[in-house]
Amino acid sequence: MNTPTTPNGGYSAANEVTMVKARRTFVQNLWRTLKTAPPTAWFGMLVIFLYLFVAFFAPLLAPHDQAEVFPMAYAPWSDEFRLGTDALGRDVFSRLIYGARNTIGIAVATTFLAFLIGGSLGLMAAISRNWLDQVLSRFVDVLMAIPSLIFALMLLSIFGSSAFNLICIIAVLDATRVFRLTRAVALNVVVMDYVEAAKLRGEGLVWIMRREILPNIMPPLVAEFGLRFCFVFLTIAALSFLGLGIQPPTADWGSMVRENAGLIQFAEYDLTAALTPMIPAAAIALLTVAVNFVVDWFLHQTSGLRDEH
Amino acid sequence: MNTNDVLLTMRDVRIDGFSDDRWHQIIKGVDITLKRGEILGLIGESGAGKSTLGLAAMGFARPGCKFTGGSIEFDGIDLLQLTNAELRNLHGSRIAYVAQSAAASFNPAHRLINQTIEATVSHGIADQTSAKQDAVQLYTDLQLPDPDTIGERYPHQVSGGQLQRVMTAMAMSSRPDLIIFDEPTTALDVTTQVEVLTAMRAIVEKYNTAAIYITHDLAVVAQMADSIKVLRYGETVEDAPTRDMMSDPKQAYTQSLWAVRSIEKSPQPQVDNILKISHVDASYGKSVKVLNDVNIKVPRGQTIAIVGESGSGKSTTARAITGLLPPLTGDIIFNGQTLPAALKNRTKSELQSIQMIYQMADTAMNPRHTVRDIIGRPLNFYLGLTGQAQDKKVMELLHLIELDESFLDRYPSELSGGQKQRICIARALAAEPELIICDEVTSALDQIVQEGILKLLLRLQEELGITYIFITHDIATVRAIADQVVVMFQGKVVEQGDKQEIFHPPYPAYTELLLSSVPEMDPDWLTQLQEKRAG
Repeated sequence: MNTPTTPNGGYSAANEVTMVKARRTFVQNLWRTLKTAPPTAWFGMLVIFLYLFVAFFAPLLAPHDQAEVFPMAYAPWSDEFRLGTDALGRDVFSRLIYGARNTIGIAVATTFLAFLIGGSLGLMAAISRNWLDQVLSRFVDVLMAIPSLIFALMLLSIFGSSAFNLICIIAVLDATRVFRLTRAVALNVVVMDYVEAAKLRGEGLVWIMRREILPNIMPPLVAEFGLRFCFVFLTIAALSFLGLGIQPPTADWGSMVRENAGLIQFAEYDLTAALTPMIPAAAIALLTVAVNFVVDWFLHQTSGLRDEH
Repeated sequence: MNTNDVLLTMRDVRIDGFSDDRWHQIIKGVDITLKRGEILGLIGESGAGKSTLGLAAMGFARPGCKFTGGSIEFDGIDLLQLTNAELRNLHGSRIAYVAQSAAASFNPAHRLINQTIEATVSHGIADQTSAKQDAVQLYTDLQLPDPDTIGERYPHQVSGGQLQRVMTAMAMSSRPDLIIFDEPTTALDVTTQVEVLTAMRAIVEKYNTAAIYITHDLAVVAQMADSIKVLRYGETVEDAPTRDMMSDPKQAYTQSLWAVRSIEKSPQPQVDNILKISHVDASYGKSVKVLNDVNIKVPRGQTIAIVGESGSGKSTTARAITGLLPPLTGDIIFNGQTLPAALKNRTKSELQSIQMIYQMADTAMNPRHTVRDIIGRPLNFYLGLTGQAQDKKVMELLHLIELDESFLDRYPSELSGGQKQRICIARALAAEPELIICDEVTSALDQIVQEGILKLLLRLQEELGITYIFITHDIATVRAIADQVVVMFQGKVVEQGDKQEIFHPPYPAYTELLLSSVPEMDPDWLTQLQEKRAG
């Protein structure tokens, strides 16, 4: 450490002691962080990567199309139908692969939309702290008071269950949670002097939201994104299981569980048949667990909690 | 008790701290010898290792720090060899600690008296009843109002100065041999500070307790300590009995701690007023008036200092001028034009011509923006500069505040306190304002850094002709840079006038109290003041 003096011994502000972090490129930083990741996080990232890979290349990986009907219904596991066929004679293995694309795609789109709505309204409420905050917050309270799955079922039966409606309805319902979180963490930042300084400068609402506040609340929001994705994913699966989610012939894990659920009772005769409905259920569970592992690690990284040395 | 008994011996103590992936030396071999009943003042600027050393005297290293050498012996016990449980037993019974922010150290959900006696009772030193009686006795010793009942209150029901005294009572309740005071009066007003200092000094004298008093204010430590140790970068700079240190500091660094008190500003000629605040009333919500018929005139190109204790309406006046808190009645007249009361009704050029610098440079800069972004934004926003032109101007401003290009891509966390405040000044200058409001801009800084900032502000005023409104509670700063002084008390202006006029008798009662409460560099000052006020 150097002392704040110039060569001729005078005081110099530029030479005051400070700790400057080494500048690293994004890739270097990423690698440094990844090296310290625990095995659970590695496992989670690997699983997520695999799922994304499958979702992206579904048409190349799947032996058949998701809607292609073969003459033999409930075919057993074989070389042609790896996991057999379902009640209509569609290849379960192909539908499982396409299901990754459909379910994950819709869940990601829904989560993004939920964050766009909830995040921007939450920020606006936190900055304005006036009637707008009151109106939005009380409206969100009302929405949250209604059990969301039942509310979603109701809305879907009113508006019809298209993929678009599904995305919009779940996004709005989940945006309430995002709104609450964003508002709460933004309130801590809004009181900072630099936000006041920006207001004094005459900056507009959007600039304050995007440049002053958003960068400072990203860590909790990113973590929430992961968790929210899991909930959305589960909600979609649940709705599909109930028959109001993603509609056939589009393949989806939730509806696959429902369609093949009856096969479980044949476990004593053919174990593989009983496994057929379990596999999409396991796929849902595995992804949820994987995302949670990664979110846990990320939260630990950004929380500032340090392992004691 | 034999007062020559050595209570605490620290030999060549070394502590390392972990940050940015490396271990750094924080304390580089410091010796301390403390006798029973003796008070040692530890003084130095922030980052000097004062608090770390204070905690080390308790055998404790903060998370992220570790002892790497030396020995700490407390009354024959080697603290570094003790287990955590044994240390815990010692803390709160024989060694106690008084933290800077009492408000943050009390549990808001429990009554004061229960928190005062908690450690004593849990260590089994006394039972509930006798501990409570003793606490009341301590409250009396500390000159707290209503000592019999004040313990039944909750922390939010007493003032900051009272809370700090209750915390001292908490530390004293087990009659420890050693108390560590870590900047106990830094967060208090000068008028309150005097009461707390008096009470603390009396109680450690009464029970013959040894103490380590940590502060960055030399004048305060001079009242409290028998001897003073000056620390810098984790090393001892100078070590001497208080009177010797005050009258004859040996090292250049120790002499520089007097620095701010040596700046002088010559009287300025009369000029027209750039800003006039006339009959302004303001309040938060609908209840209490925070400003009550405030009238202030600000002469162009000069510095006007607004002084007063916290809650006197200094900062609220600033908020009214900037439009953050529109006044209920009254006008703010800038350059002969009445400014719209609310911020959102003001034009860009009106906003541009009044800029503000904050007390805490840490929170005044977005931690996610680089210096380039921070200074560049007003250039872009007000002057429309982009790209190279903007960079060039940012560089000019950096040179103006005595920093260089190497700071362009740094984040606020990579700047020292003084550098941060300089960047804030550059940000204000970037708008090319006529008036800058400085809200306690030096109060969070160390003496030598304060001096640098004040000199910079004075130089900028000479070169650019900027007007400053300087809000502060530090009279030494006012003496250094103000032309005019406004004294505020409970939302009212007590008096306004030239510095010479205000600082010479006769004073109104409040000005007298305020001025006499400012600690002076004289070890006898507190004693004399006590006698004067008692008589």
